Amino acid sequence: MKIGLFIPCYIDAFYPNAGIATLELLEKLGQDVEYPMDQTCCGQPMANSGCNSDAAAAEALFVRNFAKYDAIVMPSGSCTHHVRDNFDAIPQTEDVKHVRKNTYELVEFLHDILKVDAFPWAEFPHKVGLHNSCGTLRALRTASMSELGEPFFSKPMDLLSKVKGITFATPKRPDECCGFGGTFSVTEEAISARMGLDKVRDHHNAGAEYIVSADTSCMMHQQGCAERNGVPIRFIHIAEILNGARA
Amino acid sequence: MKVKPVNHAKAAEEFLEDAPHLTFHDERLWDMRQKRDQQMHLLPEWQDLRTRASEIKEHTLANLPEYLEQFEANAKKNGIHVHWAADGAEHNRIVGEILEKHGAKSLIKSKSMVTEECDMRAYLEPRGVTVTETDLGERIQQLDDQLPSHIVVPAVHKLVPDVAKIFAKNYHTDPNDNDPQSLAEAQRMAARPVILTADAGMTGGNFLVAETGTFVVCTNEGNADLSSTVPNLHIATLGIERLVPRMADLGVFVRLLSRSALGSPITQYTTHFRGPQKGGEMHIVLVDNGRSTRLGMEEFWTSLKCIRCGACMNTCPVYRRSGGLSYGAVYSGPIGAIIDPTFNERKYSTLPFASTMNGSCTNVCPVKINIHEQLYKWRRVLAEHHELPFVKREIMHMAGKLMGQPKLYRTAINGTEVALSTMPRFVLYNWLNPWGKHRELPHPVKQTFHSWYKQNRLKKDKAQ
Repeated sequence: MKIGLFIPCYIDAFYPNAGIATLELLEKLGQDVEYPMDQTCCGQPMANSGCNSDAAAAEALFVRNFAKYDAIVMPSGSCTHHVRDNFDAIPQTEDVKHVRKNTYELVEFLHDILKVDAFPWAEFPHKVGLHNSCGTLRALRTASMSELGEPFFSKPMDLLSKVKGITFATPKRPDECCGFGGTFSVTEEAISARMGLDKVRDHHNAGAEYIVSADTSCMMHQQGCAERNGVPIRFIHIAEILNGARA
Repeated sequence: MKVKPVNHAKAAEEFLEDAPHLTFHDERLWDMRQKRDQQMHLLPEWQDLRTRASEIKEHTLANLPEYLEQFEANAKKNGIHVHWAADGAEHNRIVGEILEKHGAKSLIKSKSMVTEECDMRAYLEPRGVTVTETDLGERIQQLDDQLPSHIVVPAVHKLVPDVAKIFAKNYHTDPNDNDPQSLAEAQRMAARPVILTADAGMTGGNFLVAETGTFVVCTNEGNADLSSTVPNLHIATLGIERLVPRMADLGVFVRLLSRSALGSPITQYTTHFRGPQKGGEMHIVLVDNGRSTRLGMEEFWTSLKCIRCGACMNTCPVYRRSGGLSYGAVYSGPIGAIIDPTFNERKYSTLPFASTMNGSCTNVCPVKINIHEQLYKWRRVLAEHHELPFVKREIMHMAGKLMGQPKLYRTAINGTEVALSTMPRFVLYNWLNPWGKHRELPHPVKQTFHSWYKQNRLKKDKAQ
């Protein structure tokens, strides 16, 4: 299986370590991974703002970059959701269909496709609060949703539970959106920032030293809120922990 | 006159500045969401009920004309006068004429979102009719001259001292009396004489039953029962989408309604109105007011399934932190954001953006309206209809172009100065500055992933 690695723009520019960890982790697991150098963005910011036609160029480029791979893996729930569920600014050719069908968020790829049962190199002796982005939770459904009353399951927690030394904090409102919301974070900045502050406080009060998530965009926002308000909590992408980061 | 879009962001910012109100509002509504969850866990068939309710509503909406005619025929057999109102103005005129015919000057009424939609009080009062809301929360809002901020709990954004001040002004009670019991008693003492001497009563309604020609009103305070039975004249106003085909269908909705709304198994009163009381008159006004147009909208017609439980508001993290009044519309919260634009596209063009599209609303909706997907679709429609702010539109247009050109994009990412030169400064600053108002920016890094990969993988490959 030839894997194409997509690194979202904000990870590329602000959180390269999450991208490096994703690549190294997949390599450690024996995967054949390539990062196409001409990649930019999946089109989500434009499409989520209603400007779907403006997403066409990014979507077309995405398909040109990734159509040749058996699987496209990305450390981002919201980008995966866009490609899989909303990627329709361009004609739906066979290549487009192939790309949409074979795009995976990292956690679901590790859990459902590779079915990884051990990360022997991983040890994280810290109490963490798991943040499921709304994209992973309610669109990709990598964990049970409190509103539906379904039996508990959590793919990210399944993976993290295989890491030596890790313990979990239990926030009061685990499923509540943190308020990032893409352009919402700018157009509705006051509410967005308040939601972020409430989110990091919830994790901090539950005793979390770190917030861990499969979505860096949520954490970029949460980190900004925590730092501005002096909430002592750190942030780490799930790929970094699974790849063996100790802190 | 040019219509200005509602500024939800600004109203929300003001709401957030008042910590006691914000905390109470968020926690009170979150508590309702949790009580709803508890009720859901008690019913193993919860998801089946939601599916059934959705199917009944979709079937009814797909056959609306037939069922409405069936309802009308049966209601007439029951001795009910049936009126059809195409819009709010016609509704108000019909109600005004019925009242005038009876010489009615004092109207008591229970909660009705449709009368808010039609702005009925503003029509009747200049014509010499005194309208008195009998629902406690709705009365508080009437005295304070505000719209209801929530479909089910209209004054939930107010604290007890706010109510004390309003009652002191209107009922001459002690402005420092912060005892809810005593305030409720003051309202009771003020309302009773009005109820006993009213010329006419008005209610809304939760369900119309086609096969029986009857309708159902669900309340907790009993005020709808007083409003409808004390005066001899009862006028009920309902939207045409409130219909269910059969009496047997009602059970599904009655089980879902109050559990979703307040987390109680059933409302205190579930009253079936079957016809006028002895010597009295009963009128039903069936209101369209944009509903049949909405029914024809392929992407949005299922919003008509709404049973007005407010569960989407209670779970919405944005609504809980901005308050219903910030939406500047009769219907607030997630459901408001998808139906308000059908009333006025420009005025409510901002509401589908007052959301993170997190999807919690869709999950709690008892009739399975895909609210967050409709928010997404509305954004597209509004962009196509040129209802997006110019700067946002321009940014997206430029970003879209940039994202299609890897070389230009790479140059922009690698150098901030170059990035600034590819986007006009006024756009970048005006639009992105708000990030830093209540938040820190991400920390700068030494190297992008792209350049790390080039150095650590591509060069290595070449070396091998």
